[in-house]
Amino acid sequence: MNYMLLLYAAEDAGPQPGSPEQAAQMQEWFAYSAALEKSGALVAGEPLQGSETATTVRVRNGDTVLTDGPFAETKEVLGGFYMIDVDDLDAALDWAARIPLAPYGSVEVRPLMELPPR
Amino acid sequence: MIDRSGVTDAFRTEWPRLVATLVRETGDLQLAEDVAQEAFFEAAKRWERDGIPDRPGAWLLTTARRKAIDGSRRSKRMRDRLPDLHARSRLDADVSPNQLIDDQLALLLGCCHPAIAPDAQVALTLRIVGGLSTAQIARAFLVSEQTMTRRISRSKAKIRGAHIAFRPVDLETLLDRLPAVCGVIYSIFTEGHASAAHASLVRGDLCDEAVWLAGLLDELVPDDPEVAGLLALVLLVDARRDARIDEDGMPVILADQDRTRWNRAEIDRGLDALSRAHRHGAAGPYQLQAAINALHTSAASFAETDWQGVVALYDALMLRRPTAIVALNRAIAVAEADGAAEGLHAIDAIAEADDLRDDLADYPYLHSSRGELLARLGRPLEAVAAFDCALAACDNDAERAHLRLRRASVAACA
Repeated sequence: MNYMLLLYAAEDAGPQPGSPEQAAQMQEWFAYSAALEKSGALVAGEPLQGSETATTVRVRNGDTVLTDGPFAETKEVLGGFYMIDVDDLDAALDWAARIPLAPYGSVEVRPLMELPPR
Repeated sequence: MIDRSGVTDAFRTEWPRLVATLVRETGDLQLAEDVAQEAFFEAAKRWERDGIPDRPGAWLLTTARRKAIDGSRRSKRMRDRLPDLHARSRLDADVSPNQLIDDQLALLLGCCHPAIAPDAQVALTLRIVGGLSTAQIARAFLVSEQTMTRRISRSKAKIRGAHIAFRPVDLETLLDRLPAVCGVIYSIFTEGHASAAHASLVRGDLCDEAVWLAGLLDELVPDDPEVAGLLALVLLVDARRDARIDEDGMPVILADQDRTRWNRAEIDRGLDALSRAHRHGAAGPYQLQAAINALHTSAASFAETDWQGVVALYDALMLRRPTAIVALNRAIAVAEADGAAEGLHAIDAIAEADDLRDDLADYPYLHSSRGELLARLGRPLEAVAAFDCALAACDNDAERAHLRLRRASVAACA
């Protein structure tokens, strides 16, 4: 059975970027990822950039409607995800608008964090 | 700053060209903006001493490229860009006219990208394309400099983080995205022209900026009817700027304006842009609004205005943009064309239309227009009540003062 673990936190909670606490926590992340990988359970995992980089895509009456910022409709529930590799945001938004759920739901487009090579 | 160097004159034209070229060359908006600014500082010093160079654009680009290399040498993060920056610095500093058009268009489209929040699109356009300082933009929108700095840096972080590309687009994408660019420019203009929430009625700096941006867009995309229509519209409305306010800062309605104070040069430029827009045989909302304003600016007096023509244009506009405000303006024209009773009838029809009613409930002009027509029809008590509704809905100090005067003079007839 495959499971998806979705990570939620307030952006001002936890170690802040650039702090010594965050540097220490990075080691915890690496250790956790390594443990998952070693166990054979890891399929994929990636950190995302902050919500300020998010764009929400909806298609209504055939028109693509973009909103700056993350998706925030409490009635809607997460139903799945795609991870795509394209040149820029415009290409990502085009793919987002073509998702069959876009005419009645929301697609949040969020860039992955680009980690420096370890 | 007293400017003997000619930098201020060059700034208008050269700033967006320089930033746009640098964005293409470095792919880094912040770096482009920083080194463009440094190049202009350098120009202010050097040109005063040595005179303006023969090709100011090439001088600025060469200087900015050198600043980019110097800056990248100092920054560990940027050092891996040095080979590319060095290679660029050996390229010709005379950018071809076509390349300048593509680059500046890419810059405008990037600032007006639909994934950026609308208020940030406006701020970015004024900062990155217009070259206004964050402090100037903050003053124009009456927010603190801190708020504006946050708004701009947040949108730059998004551009960087989410990879919003600043690059030339194909024709289909251009046509798709032009309305957003026109919308940003028009909202800068309306913010300057009638700032409903503020004490001062006209903020000329924003009007100037919007007229300039509309002119730039018209240069970059010379064959689009709505781009030419937008330029015509802002010019024809802006031409009446000085006549809209009396010596005491009170608004002067169109009927009472001194038409000799209208700016003839702007009207001529506006009419020229409108006739170019007409040639395409496709009338969009900006062109129709410009045509309405052209009928006003070419009338010798308020009474001699071609009101039937104005009503016909509003009818065409209603087909494309059926909003309550268009319907109200149409009703006011009907009152001039067919009499106050017909106009009042048209205003009251808005309040009964399901799709329009909600937009206008708190709109002061609906009530003040009703008040004027009721007064004309010899129904002063109802007119006073309408002015009271207008006063309750209006939060612009100058307009409130005007409404109080009108209410008092109507009440005197009751």
